[in-house]
Amino acid sequence: MVFLGLFFFYPVLTILASSLTQGWGGFADIFQSSRARGALWFTAWQATASTALTLILALPSAAVIARTDGRTGAWFKALVTVPFVLPTIVVGGAFKELFEGMNSTFGLPNLNHTAIAVIIAHSFFNFAVVARTVGVFWSGLDHQLEEQARTLGSNSRQVFWRVTWPRLKPAILAAAAITFLFSFTSFGVVLVLGGLRQATIETEIYRHAIIRGDMTSSATLALIQVVAVLVLVLVNSTLERRTSVTTRMIRSPITPLRARTKAGITCFTLVFLGTPLFVMIERSLSFGGGYGLQNYRALFDKVPQLPTTAMSALGNSLTYAAIATVVALTVGIICAMAIVTRRKLVSRFFDLGAMLPLGVSAVTVGFGILIALDEAPFDWRTRWWIVPIAHALVAVPFVVRSVVPMLRRIHPSLREAAALLGASPSRIRRQIDVPLIARGIAIAGGFAFAISLGEFGATSFLPRRADTLTAPQAVFRLLGTPGDLLRGQAMALSVVLAVAVAATVITSEMLSFNTANRSRRKSPIGS
Amino acid sequence: MPIRSVLLVSLCIAVGALAACASDTSAPDGANEELENVQSVALTLVTHDSFAISEGVFEAFFEQTGIRVEVLTSGDVGSLVAQTILSSDNPVGDVVFGVDNTFMQRVLDRSILEPYKTTELVNVPERFQLDSTNRLTPIDYGDVCVNYWIDALNGPPPVALMDLVLPEFSGSLVVQNPETSSPGMAFLLATIAGTPDWEQFWTQLKANSVAVTNSWESAYYSEFIAGGGSRPMVVSYASSPVAEVIYADPPVDVPPTGVLLDSCFRQIEFAGILSGTDHPKEARSLIDFLLSPTFQNEIPMNMFMYPVSQKAELPEEFVKHSQLTENPLSLDPAEIEDKRKAWTERWVEIVLD
Repeated sequence: MVFLGLFFFYPVLTILASSLTQGWGGFADIFQSSRARGALWFTAWQATASTALTLILALPSAAVIARTDGRTGAWFKALVTVPFVLPTIVVGGAFKELFEGMNSTFGLPNLNHTAIAVIIAHSFFNFAVVARTVGVFWSGLDHQLEEQARTLGSNSRQVFWRVTWPRLKPAILAAAAITFLFSFTSFGVVLVLGGLRQATIETEIYRHAIIRGDMTSSATLALIQVVAVLVLVLVNSTLERRTSVTTRMIRSPITPLRARTKAGITCFTLVFLGTPLFVMIERSLSFGGGYGLQNYRALFDKVPQLPTTAMSALGNSLTYAAIATVVALTVGIICAMAIVTRRKLVSRFFDLGAMLPLGVSAVTVGFGILIALDEAPFDWRTRWWIVPIAHALVAVPFVVRSVVPMLRRIHPSLREAAALLGASPSRIRRQIDVPLIARGIAIAGGFAFAISLGEFGATSFLPRRADTLTAPQAVFRLLGTPGDLLRGQAMALSVVLAVAVAATVITSEMLSFNTANRSRRKSPIGS
Repeated sequence: MPIRSVLLVSLCIAVGALAACASDTSAPDGANEELENVQSVALTLVTHDSFAISEGVFEAFFEQTGIRVEVLTSGDVGSLVAQTILSSDNPVGDVVFGVDNTFMQRVLDRSILEPYKTTELVNVPERFQLDSTNRLTPIDYGDVCVNYWIDALNGPPPVALMDLVLPEFSGSLVVQNPETSSPGMAFLLATIAGTPDWEQFWTQLKANSVAVTNSWESAYYSEFIAGGGSRPMVVSYASSPVAEVIYADPPVDVPPTGVLLDSCFRQIEFAGILSGTDHPKEARSLIDFLLSPTFQNEIPMNMFMYPVSQKAELPEEFVKHSQLTENPLSLDPAEIEDKRKAWTERWVEIVLD
C-alpha cells in the first residue's frame, strides 16, 4: 500500500489537485459539451461491448486451457498471451489489411475506422485475460460435482449451466473487470482503428492536455474517469465476493471435450490471434523484393532514428520487465492476501486501491509523477527505474485479479484437515496454499512481464534518458521515418518482442506445472 | 517457511533493490563511470522523442568545455511543451530543445525561459528568428508538404495547393487529423495561410474524397501507396523523399516520391534555457553549441530536418534529393495559439461531420 500510495495515489492526487484549483467550472463545461458527453458514452458502451465479445470469443479457449496441461498447454497459453506485447500501430495495420481483404474478397463491409473494429481489436488484446484466468481456475475446480450430476441423469448442457458455470463466475468476473478497464482506458487502438469522431475519455484527456494545453478540462475528465472506475470496481468486487466458492480439492479428472469441439476451438484461436501475427512475420521477412533475415540482422546495427541499437532497446525492455514483474508480484500478492484475509473495510480498501492504476489515464499518471516526485527525498521522476515502477503499477491489478479467486477458494476445512493429520502450519502453506495459488502466480507473472514489455503510454509521458528507450518505443520511432528498410526492422523487432513474451510464458508455465505436480504427488490429501 | 515470510523477504529485496537504485542514477547498462574531472558540470537537455544525434557529438562538446550533456526525452512536441509548462516550478532539466513555431507562443506566454542572445545568431537568417525576446533560439527547420508517389499518378503531379480539389485528384489524398497529429495541424495551417478561403477549400477537399487518419504513421503506412495503401498523395515532410532513397529496399537512385512545393508549411524548432537552472553559464554554452557546425551538420541525417546555420553543410543525399521551396507558408505563432481551438473545431465541423 505504501508502494501504491507513493507511486500512484500521491502523484495522481497532486496533478488533479493542482489542475482543479481554478475551480469546478470544468464540470459544467464538460457536461454541456456534446463532444465530451459523446466521449463518455462511447467509452462506456465500447468497453461493455468489448468485454462481452472478449468473453464470447475467449471462453471456449478457456475450456481448452482447462483441459490441456504440460507442453501443449504451455504453447497454447503462450500464443494467447502474445497479442499483449504487440505494438498497437503494428496490430492496427494488420487488422486494417484484414478488414480490407475480407471486404474485397468476400464482399463483407469494410470495418476499418468503425466502432466494431475497435471492439474486435480489444478482444484480440484481451483474449489472454479471459482465456487464461478462467481456464486455469476451471482446471482447479472440484470436478466430482459434475460426475455426480451426470450420475443423477443430467445431460452435459445441464451439467455445464447448473454446475460448472456458477462456480466459474468469480474468475469470469475477475477477467471481465480487467478487460473492461483495459478497454475503458484504451488509447492507441481507438486512434488507429476507430473512426475519427470516436473519442474516448482517454483520447479526450490527451487532446485537452497535450494539443490544447488545457489542464483543467483534462483533469476534470480524469476525475470523471477515476470515479467511473471506482464504481465499476466496487460493483465487480461485490459480485465476485458473492459468487466465490471454495473447494476441497478432491481431485478428479475433468470431463474431456469432444475431439471435434476441441479442434474447432483451437483452430478458431489460431486463426483469430494468428492472422495479424502472420501478417507481421511476413512483413519482417520480406527484404529486397524476396525474403530473408536481413531485417533481423539489422536490429544489431545502430540507425540514426534510435539513440541505441534496437537490440539494446530490447535489452532495456527485458530488464524493465523483470523488475516490473518482481515488484508487481510482491505488491499484488500482498494486496491479494489482505483482500482475502482482512476484515471487510480493509479488504475493500485494498481491493479498490489495487485496481485503480489500470483505470487511470497514462497522461494522469505520467504527469502526476512528473510534478509530485520532484523533491527530495522523492526526487525520482527522472530515474530510470521509475519506468519499470510505472509498468508494475499497471500490472498489479492483473496480479491481484489472478490470485484473489484462487486464494478465496481454498476451503478452511482443507487446512484444518491437514492440521488434524499432523501437518505443521508451514507444511500446510507449502503443500496446500502454494500449489493452489502457484498456477495463479504463474499467470500473474506472465501477464506482468507481458504488460511491461508492451507498455507504451505511461512510458512516453515520463522524461527518460535517451538511451534507455524501450522496444515498443523503438518500433514507434522506426516507423516515424519513411523507408521500407526501417519498416522491415520495426516489424522484425515486433516479432522478437512476441517471441520473448512467448518464451517467458512457456518457461513460467513449465515451472509452475512441475511445482504443482511435484507437490501434488507428495501431498497427503491429493489423489 | 510460511508464505508470508517469503513475501516479506521478497519485499525487503525489492525495497533494497529500489534503495540501491535510488542512490544510483545510471542506466540499466550502467554506462556511467566515475567522472574523471571533478570540476565538470552535467547539464540536462530535455527534448521530444524524435530527437536523435550521432554518438560522439556531445562528447566533442565535453572535450571543448568540460560540460557533460544528459539527454532526457519525453513524448511528442505537444507532450514536451505540456511537461515543460507543468514542471516549470522545478524543471526537469537546464535546456529544452524541440519547441516549434506552432507551440512556441504557449511557452512564451509564461515566464519559464531565460533570455539569451547567442553570438552564433549572426549565421542564422533573420526569417528563422521569430522570438524578439531571445528566449527561444532557432536550431533547425523543416517543411510539412503534400508528397506524391510519382508512378502512381495518372497524369502530371499537382503544382498548386488549389490543384488538390481538382477532379483528377479525387480520392488521391490522405491527411492527418490536426487534433491528434502535428503534421496534420501544420497542413491545416498551410491551407489557412495558402488559400483564399480555407473553409471552402476543405469543403471542396471533402467533396473530392480526402481521407483522414489520426497519425502520420497510419496515413503513410496504411493509406498512402508506400505502405501498401491505395492513395498516391499524403501529407508528410519535405525531407521524406530523401529518406525514401536512404532507406529504400531494394536500393534506388532517385526518390519514388515528389513534393508539392506550394503546399509546404514551415516548422522551425527552437531551444531555450529553463528558468531556475543552476548552471546558466553552461546552459548558454550549450545553446552556442547547438548552433555550431559540429551539431548543425548532424541534424539532417539524424532528424531529417534542416540546419538553420548558414555555416552548416548539407549531406550529399540532401543536396541531391531534397527540394525546398523558397516561399514556404507560415503564420504568426501568436495567431496560431490564439485561434487553434476555433480553427480545429471548425475543421472538425467541415471535414468530419
